[in-house]
Amino acid sequence: MKTLSRVYNGIIFAFLYAPILVLIIFSFNDSKSRVVWNGFSLRWYEALFQNDEILSALWVTLSIAIVATIVSTIIGTAAAIGIRSVNSKLRRVLLAFNNLPMVNPEIVTGIALMLLFVFIYRTTGLLQPGYFTLLLSHITFCIPYVVLQVMPKLRQLDPHLYEAAVDLGCRPFTAFIRAVLPQIMPGIITGALMAFTMSLDDFVISLFTSGESAQNLSVTIYAMVKRRVTPEINTLSTLMFGAVLIMLILVNVMQIRSAPKDKRRSS
Amino acid sequence: MMRSKTAAAPFALWMTLFTVIPLGIVLWFAFTDEQGQFTLSNLSSIGEYAGTFGLSIFLGAIATVICLVLAFPLAFTISRAKGRKQQTMVMIIMLPMWMNFLLRTYAWMSLLENNGFINQFLRVIGVLADGQSVSLINTNGAIVLGMVYNFLPFMVLPLYSVMVKIDNSVIEAAQDLGSNVFQVFGRVVLPLSLPGMLSGITMVFVPAVSTFVITKLLGGSKTLMIGDAIETMFIGQGANYHVGATLSLVLMVLILVCMAITGMVDKEGEGDAA
Amino acid sequence: MQTTKEIIKLKDITVSSDGEQVLSGLDLNISDGEFVTLLGPSGCGKTTTLRIIGGFVTPDSGSVFFDGKDMAKLPPYKRPVNTIFQRYALFPHLNVQDNVAFGMRVQGKKKTEIRETVDRMLKLVNLVGFNERRIDTLSGGQQQRVAIARALANNPRVLLLDEPLAALDLKLRKDMQAELKNIQKSLGITFIYVTHDQEEALSMSDTVVVMDAGRIQQIGTPQDIYNEPKNAFVADFIGESNILDGIMHEDYLVEFFGRKFPCLDTGFDKDEPVDVVIRPEDIDIVPANQGHLTGTVTAVTFKGVHFETIVDFKGFKWMIQTTDYYPVDSIIGIVLNPEDIHIMKKSEYSDMFGDYSSYSDEFDELGNPEVDLTEDTAAEVEE
Repeated sequence: MKTLSRVYNGIIFAFLYAPILVLIIFSFNDSKSRVVWNGFSLRWYEALFQNDEILSALWVTLSIAIVATIVSTIIGTAAAIGIRSVNSKLRRVLLAFNNLPMVNPEIVTGIALMLLFVFIYRTTGLLQPGYFTLLLSHITFCIPYVVLQVMPKLRQLDPHLYEAAVDLGCRPFTAFIRAVLPQIMPGIITGALMAFTMSLDDFVISLFTSGESAQNLSVTIYAMVKRRVTPEINTLSTLMFGAVLIMLILVNVMQIRSAPKDKRRSS
Repeated sequence: MMRSKTAAAPFALWMTLFTVIPLGIVLWFAFTDEQGQFTLSNLSSIGEYAGTFGLSIFLGAIATVICLVLAFPLAFTISRAKGRKQQTMVMIIMLPMWMNFLLRTYAWMSLLENNGFINQFLRVIGVLADGQSVSLINTNGAIVLGMVYNFLPFMVLPLYSVMVKIDNSVIEAAQDLGSNVFQVFGRVVLPLSLPGMLSGITMVFVPAVSTFVITKLLGGSKTLMIGDAIETMFIGQGANYHVGATLSLVLMVLILVCMAITGMVDKEGEGDAA
Repeated sequence: MQTTKEIIKLKDITVSSDGEQVLSGLDLNISDGEFVTLLGPSGCGKTTTLRIIGGFVTPDSGSVFFDGKDMAKLPPYKRPVNTIFQRYALFPHLNVQDNVAFGMRVQGKKKTEIRETVDRMLKLVNLVGFNERRIDTLSGGQQQRVAIARALANNPRVLLLDEPLAALDLKLRKDMQAELKNIQKSLGITFIYVTHDQEEALSMSDTVVVMDAGRIQQIGTPQDIYNEPKNAFVADFIGESNILDGIMHEDYLVEFFGRKFPCLDTGFDKDEPVDVVIRPEDIDIVPANQGHLTGTVTAVTFKGVHFETIVDFKGFKWMIQTTDYYPVDSIIGIVLNPEDIHIMKKSEYSDMFGDYSSYSDEFDELGNPEVDLTEDTAAEVEE
């Protein structure tokens, strides 16, 4: 049974990583082919840093991901606190708002936002599709992830912690910062990381809400797929994948160092 | 108790502005014509897309079932692994999601093409003669494969997160009471994993039904799914927002219906899960 | 104690939540330096009363005075009271000394003063050397001590304690009771203590406030409460008691079970129906032919110090605590002296308690909720 499950998991993992491996290997290929190996080369890595189209898309992607993460984390955390404070009827409505972008197909969210921006642009001349509309859309679909991560942390929170801080002389906002925030921080961080990942990788909603003036990586790649994909894109993905991998390993190492608590729990 | 109702105000405003009102606008476009007059003609023109809807739901459902079958044992073995190993395996599942979705799918083209690695491999081991190839790409099978590949983590993770809460002693109790491996699965693990299954099904089915990238890259141009139809109504020449909005609306309703049916089937199945 | 001045005064406090009356017309005066216990079953309003003083619940009507000044508008962080919460509410992200220093840091006290106070407080609660320890490495009892040190470091005039010992095991609870009492005596500040444990209340308090259904049933010293319960509820809640129907014929003469007994009570109407309380440990067992009443033993439980004997008198079951063993089915007599009989006015609680027909220890335990969660959450809804 044990070897069976090991073999099974191995096959699934191979399935998940096969295309990624191909992509990484062929980012070092000496020719443009993505099926024929012509020898090792770093030429596409050099070319990457001269490709303005990709570099500007990278800039759009990263800056939008960072800003959208910050804004959605603030709005989402506040929302989680607010949702816990209102009566159950209003809470249900707010949670339904929160779930809308989660259960709706992305394409529907995308075209709905697109129609909104088109509508506003036609009637007021404001919000021409571009960087800003892209940012607004990303914040919108990021918020629910933060809310859903912070809510359970608030539920687990000892309600007396906040009262204890107030009791010891903190004003309400100080009490929140000093007593509550440290406890819900793991949820906020997870939410922010999810928001960042979702924004970085988003394609469908971005396709409909970005204009010619500002396109993120996914939209740029989509445009390339229709013409031809330049190998520079492979090198960029390899670099980004490597960065994520290193970051995860670092986080894991840090966790192991500060893990006496986990050890006790699992034993 | 810490309470602040006003903390939800920015959220309520934002979500009203950017999710509720836009859906209202979709509704408005669906029921008006170019002149802004009320019309039902968009809705009646949907009839010609019946085949497209059917194919989308069919392929989406197959991909969802395959994901469920593949993910269930995987999620279970992960949930039974020891602390560190468990974390690592979850990481392995999540890591591919950090690679751009389009590029991952694009990489499958290298594998599936007539000159791709799979055909090359088959030629090397002699299953195929030189110059011969199996057509893998531009088939419905390739589309389903792309869906399974991209959305499998969305099935594994929710399943894992409910399974990890199943206490080993519950499984031992079932064995103690005389259940064999299959009975343990059918009578204990399966019913307890139901919430994870439901959210996994939703998380796979919804993006699978509405995809248009996977069809474009792996299905060639001959297969048209509902996502492709909607995309062409909004981007490029021949765009028609009114028909596109109607298609989106119908897609939303269809997905809701499918989800409702899934919920009901699962509730009925609970009793005789063994 | 009676001569000291009043520090807290609650006047005609009413609180309701979800249409249910949590407190109705509560009046309470607390003197400076007193150890006051609010005692009652879960849902009686004792925690809500404490939270009103702490400032966490705003009453629907009525007023709260501190040193004669109305505190109604004062938020919790400005009140000269500190609270020890049910499960301590220590900050898990801070170590022991940072928890204790929390209040002083908020007030912006000097570093040297903070360090000095922290050390003094840790000494007070017997945790010298625990400064750097993480909260999750402490035992329940140690966490309890940190919570006490943290609250006292703020130098409060009044300390509010909400079932502080409920989460500890019996042995530790007894030790902490004595320690809390010592701390209170040595600091000379007012303690307001909430508990559902009558033994705890009797052994620690200067004054006990017995509450039920949002009302105060009786206020008095532990001896008063035990010896002179005002109604059947108090008699039953504090210790064990046999409560029977009786008729007060005249001063010093009561009739029950068809027999007249001399007693020490006065001030009732002629032939007024009353509740008669007889404590199980006050009853003397004698041979059947020498007793005022005779009955049959139906159950005996050995309790260590004494035997708990259930005796059937004409269908009404009494509990008698005796050091002598009488087997089941033996017929015994009892003698009731005037000082063993206590007379109470009839109340809404009459006929609800006193018969031991269905008595069992286990049942008692089941009905004894360890935490007042329901009351707590009910109070939270207001704000």
